[in-house]
Amino acid sequence: MYLESSYKIRDKYLRTDMLPTMFCPGCGIGSVLQFTLRSIEELGWKQDEVVWVSGIGCSSRVPGYVNFDGLHTTHGRALAFATGIKMANPDLKVVVFAGDGDMSAIGGNHFIHAIRRNLDVTVILINNFTYGMTGGQVAPTALKGLKGTTAPYGNFENPFDISQLAVAAGANYVARWSVFNYVQGMNSIKKALQKKGFSLVEFLSPCPVSFGRRNRMKTAPELIRWYQKITVPISKAKKMSPEELEGKVIIGEFVDRDRPSLDEEYERYKERAKKLMGWEE
Amino acid sequence: MRKEVLIGGFGGQGVILAGVILGRAAAVYDGLYAVQTQAYGPESRGGASRAEVVISDEPVDYPKALNPKYLILLSQEAYDKYLSFGDDGAIILIEEELVPHRNKELEERFKVYALPFTEIAENTTGLSLTMNILVLGFLTKVSGIIKEESIEKAVLDAVPKGTEELNLKALHKGFELGKKALNGEL
Amino acid sequence: MRYPFSVGRSDFIQGDEAIARAAILAGCRFYAGYPITPASEIFEAMALYMPLVDGVSIQMEDELGSIAAVIGASWTGAKAMTATSGPGFSLMMENLGYAVMTETPMVVVDVQRGGPSTGQPTLAAQGDVMQAIWGTHGDHSIIVLTPATVQEAFDMTIRAFNLAEKYRTPVVLLTDGEVGHMRERVNIPDPDEIERIYRKIPKSKEQGKYPFRDWDGDGVPPMPVFGRGYRAYITGLTHDERGKPKTVEAEIHESLIRRIVDKIEKNKKDIIDYETFDLDDADVAIVSYGIASRSAIRAVKILRKEGIKAGLLKLNVVWPFDFEMIERIAERVNRIYVAEMNLGQVYHLVKEGANGKAEVELIPKIGGEVHTPKDIIERVR
Repeated sequence: MYLESSYKIRDKYLRTDMLPTMFCPGCGIGSVLQFTLRSIEELGWKQDEVVWVSGIGCSSRVPGYVNFDGLHTTHGRALAFATGIKMANPDLKVVVFAGDGDMSAIGGNHFIHAIRRNLDVTVILINNFTYGMTGGQVAPTALKGLKGTTAPYGNFENPFDISQLAVAAGANYVARWSVFNYVQGMNSIKKALQKKGFSLVEFLSPCPVSFGRRNRMKTAPELIRWYQKITVPISKAKKMSPEELEGKVIIGEFVDRDRPSLDEEYERYKERAKKLMGWEE
Repeated sequence: MRKEVLIGGFGGQGVILAGVILGRAAAVYDGLYAVQTQAYGPESRGGASRAEVVISDEPVDYPKALNPKYLILLSQEAYDKYLSFGDDGAIILIEEELVPHRNKELEERFKVYALPFTEIAENTTGLSLTMNILVLGFLTKVSGIIKEESIEKAVLDAVPKGTEELNLKALHKGFELGKKALNGEL
Repeated sequence: MRYPFSVGRSDFIQGDEAIARAAILAGCRFYAGYPITPASEIFEAMALYMPLVDGVSIQMEDELGSIAAVIGASWTGAKAMTATSGPGFSLMMENLGYAVMTETPMVVVDVQRGGPSTGQPTLAAQGDVMQAIWGTHGDHSIIVLTPATVQEAFDMTIRAFNLAEKYRTPVVLLTDGEVGHMRERVNIPDPDEIERIYRKIPKSKEQGKYPFRDWDGDGVPPMPVFGRGYRAYITGLTHDERGKPKTVEAEIHESLIRRIVDKIEKNKKDIIDYETFDLDDADVAIVSYGIASRSAIRAVKILRKEGIKAGLLKLNVVWPFDFEMIERIAERVNRIYVAEMNLGQVYHLVKEGANGKAEVELIPKIGGEVHTPKDIIERVR
């Protein structure tokens, strides 16, 4: 894989007057942002045809740092705003940058319905199992036993598997990696961006300050080593029993299909309406 | 010249549509002011249903019927509830098959026309559903509140395509019965 | 331009239907909604018409999503609207605040029904006035219009879009189940005769880079359109003129919020609209708005016949509010009555405006029925 100079990527795509970022040392959001910008560069997309949308949380601050049109919205609602943007102007390409709490808890309903409609957006999802910005409360993605400030004795709830939720709801493309899997991650983002319809790339991403510190992993390398321990490639997972998969996170590409997207369906719907009303032959 | 009409019945009788057609005839075709309001329960079929139409030659302020001069009562419930609302000398049309229990004493204040409208509609058009249109024809004739050609146009605007003839037939039957009523021939 | 309904003539239609047609004639091409009584007819009309005029009508998963989609659409340059009733309006409060903070033009229709909570879905009320004005959290100002007739519902919908675009702000069209469902004659003008205002867009890339700078000195910054190279960044956080989040600097918060409030408050004269009936020589004033004002007009007519010098102030806009005008009226009359379908909302504004110069009394009505003229006459007599 040929990698463009980081300086070039930085100078072309970041708003220097919005820097520095608010991200903590060891945070994985910058890595995923870099994967995304490199993918856009490789695809040769024009900055002025892409809108970045986000909700609330650390990862949702990303549209502020990138030199594109950006809408930083309310907690959990990014995909509902994105629905308006995409449907009002289907020529725009929409990237949604989101966190796991934003997308699977407060925004869970918008998430499944945007997928059900097959809204043509790409969601880049930072999953750090926690609410990082507000200080390390447990998220609906937190595996059982993990600690957060709102489950100080270890999480007692069952976690959501966001990628599997997206597959079940009907997404066209879904993949999950850890930030350590950067080659696969970038390839998946490129596929996702090019995919018409709903696409999701989820990244296990370290949050040493709010999450790792409370779970005996104070640094990013410790978290990455933990990811290596708990992640299982999908090919291997297929041969494992449910008991063996307990507490593991499957990584890989989960679905890649081409159902018609919402804006394509709406175009046909408009034609149907005009025909039924006798406006067009 | 404020004229208030109240139509009461149950869901499925076309009570509200009758109000809409009456209001439309007055507002669009007679150049008068008209307001049509309605009240209904949460159920889509079978609940009590009420439409009110206020017609005037000046803008209508209060939009509801306070002392209706015209009442169309198509169910026992509507009869029991609304008959007493009528202004002295009000014209009352009653679907007599559906209103078995009458208050003859109260009715003396009014000019009452009680007919089996549903049955007449069925015999006229083969469809009991056209009863609401037939009643409108009757009211138009006996009240003179709107022009006959206006209610005709409003009926044609409102009814489903393909049922125009049928509904006009019901309307004309209403005119005919109304005329007979005026002549004391009923 | 072909319209899916007849134009340049009158029609006999419901208030909800009139709102939908007016929106389309005002240039609205994006509607997102969620079914709710008694506002669903607006959505159903939009669903019927929008595909035919190359607009979008979409059913969202809830009212949180409806208003969010509308705001998103507005940033692509579209005129956009949503409509709801009490429970849905409550859900919209969050993003109504986002629209205020990001200065997003849009129209929200609230067809009021009896509340709180699920309340009386099929019956009218005017209990959401304070919510429309103050329902979203934090300091802000907003525009709230109150139609009393189907014609006014039509006219004020067009005005709502024009005010939204002119002042880069959300506008609430606050109607009720009675006006929404009643049918009246509406004169639908020739589309060429309709005044349509469109938002200012940046004259240069530099202007677009500062989407919150008061470039023209009128308090209303030109609004970038996504996809046209402005590279605008829009956030609900307190932000500087560039749009950059500045969440702890008091002076930046103060200048942003004061400008957002002032662009409405300092243009009160342009925004406020009212009518008076027999008010000039009145001893008793009745203040009312929306559907209740129609009973009040009748009450005034009857009281005048009885020799009581009553007059009416009918508010067509309940926010911004002309407190000074109320004081001037209070100086001339003995008593002011406020007739509204709630237990006292605009009453409190009138009382503040009267400033002790006249007694202010409430004529409330709840339960679903509009005040009868008698309800008002008996209190005033």
